[in-house]
Amino acid sequence: MPQLIQYIQSYLTSDLTPGAAGNVFWALVYILLVFGGLSVAVIAMNWLERKILAHMQVRLGPMRVGPHGLLQPIADAIKLLLKEDIIPAEADSFVFWIAPFIVVLAAFTVFVVVPFGPTHAITDMNIGILFMLGVSSLSVLGIVMAGWASNSHYPLIGALRSSAQMVSYEVAMGLAVVSAILMTSLNATGTGTLSMIGIVQAQQAQGEWFIFKFFPLGLIAFFIFAVAMVAETNRAPFDLPEAESELTAGFHTEYSGFRWSLFFLAEYSAMIAVSSIAVTLWLGGWLRPFPNLLHGTTWELAFSLFPGLTFLFLAGMCFYSTARMPKHPYFRVQTIGLASFGVVLALIGLALFIPQVSLRIQDIYWFCMKVAAFMYLYIWYRGTFPRYRFDQLMKVGWKVLLPMGLGVLILTASVALMQTLWHP
Amino acid sequence: MAPVATPFFFYLLSGVMLIGGILVITRRNAVHSALALIVTLLAQAAIYLMLYAPFVAGVQIILYAGGIMVLFLFVIMLVNLERNLKERQFNRQWLVGVVAAGALGGLFIVVYSKGQSIFPDRALPIAEAQNTQIVGTMLYGQYMFAFEIASLLLLVAIIGAVVMAKKRI
Repeated sequence: MPQLIQYIQSYLTSDLTPGAAGNVFWALVYILLVFGGLSVAVIAMNWLERKILAHMQVRLGPMRVGPHGLLQPIADAIKLLLKEDIIPAEADSFVFWIAPFIVVLAAFTVFVVVPFGPTHAITDMNIGILFMLGVSSLSVLGIVMAGWASNSHYPLIGALRSSAQMVSYEVAMGLAVVSAILMTSLNATGTGTLSMIGIVQAQQAQGEWFIFKFFPLGLIAFFIFAVAMVAETNRAPFDLPEAESELTAGFHTEYSGFRWSLFFLAEYSAMIAVSSIAVTLWLGGWLRPFPNLLHGTTWELAFSLFPGLTFLFLAGMCFYSTARMPKHPYFRVQTIGLASFGVVLALIGLALFIPQVSLRIQDIYWFCMKVAAFMYLYIWYRGTFPRYRFDQLMKVGWKVLLPMGLGVLILTASVALMQTLWHP
Repeated sequence: MAPVATPFFFYLLSGVMLIGGILVITRRNAVHSALALIVTLLAQAAIYLMLYAPFVAGVQIILYAGGIMVLFLFVIMLVNLERNLKERQFNRQWLVGVVAAGALGGLFIVVYSKGQSIFPDRALPIAEAQNTQIVGTMLYGQYMFAFEIASLLLLVAIIGAVVMAKKRI
């Protein structure tokens, strides 16, 4: 027993990821944490998306279940689980049954290498970025299988569109990624890396996020990736595979209940996954903003306060809404619930002010904040851009993004070569 | 990190590959065959991982499972499958198949009976951290010519595809 405790404690001071350290217990803990955190994030995204879209369109959005509709996603989840699970009579039942699992598996497996911090990743792989791109490209197989197995026209068209779209945008995406990986090799030894943690450490060593590297080359590569990743996750304005006005719901038209919610889960976790690729490659991963301009102990302290302040701000919002709740007895439970939610948030915020905790946690905080910014962008796109036509989509992919990606790659390589030749 | 339960995983993955391969040629439905082929290719990627070749494994997943097989499925789904299911399959080339299988089996028997003597001494696996770099320097250094020839071949194939697909250039 003491050995077990020692084994568990020994990792706490380690500077390796649990996978790299070979610590099975902590790897398991991290897997559970990532899985749970991801599920919570998807639920939160569901609520936020409906709320933000509603406010963009001058509506209220969900307001009925819980204060400001906070419990709406939970009510939806219960509804979905209770719904009948329908498999169409003419469907290919095995393929129909297994397709949602493949999509979910691909979307969640990717998070094995996502670096939330130098030690906060399940494992670090030598081929991290390849692994992420490869496994996330497997999710298109699940979509194609779902569309074909439904044995119905709308899903089939949706699946065909989806596969064509994802295969085309993967090319531009890959070129943008390669130009970022090229930048990791600009160091004394001249060897780059594909590992997700190594990429962020390269940005730290070079003292520059890759989005600002060789301005504007890094920015253009980031832009290509940012467009391709929206297309890759089948989101508006590239949501042709599930265009409601033409195809009802695209490849998941015939799915209901739990299986449909698996597609939903997979779509949102895939969005988080590609956003974390973008954050890792171009936005410095877990590094805090402005490390060059604002350094020194004062600024370190100021930035370490951010996680706690964020939670305190959220708690304050809760208390403000609690004060504004209607004073009718009917709303008493909701008011108490909202106030206690605020208390929980405030306690978390206070706990984050403890120096040891904030030192260990703040890299996770910065990573999550950057990913959250991308999530907001996704919702913003959906609220503002009209959907592309299919030929326009293909034109953007093959005739705009692909040549741009090739050009950026060649220019990055030549600039990097010049730099190493002239300033050794 | 030391490998874990290597023989177990080797036999497991080989079994998956064999079953997948058999399913590919026995299923009547072409989509099922393609799905079985994907399983086989993924198991093959895992075998590459066991051989300390993570880069090759990653490329195998991206190119074969994520790219080529998606295009396969794309084409198969456009074909009218219902008619094919009822029709007699016309690829009756079992004579060629028997000859090929016999040749391959003979080769296997020779390799098995000679044992280790025909293989070079066991090379030390390259450290995982340098694997990808070494593949890169090999491709662009020692095997530059072969690599360029292969890429030229692909370029010709791309141009051929464009010429065939486009009615008016």
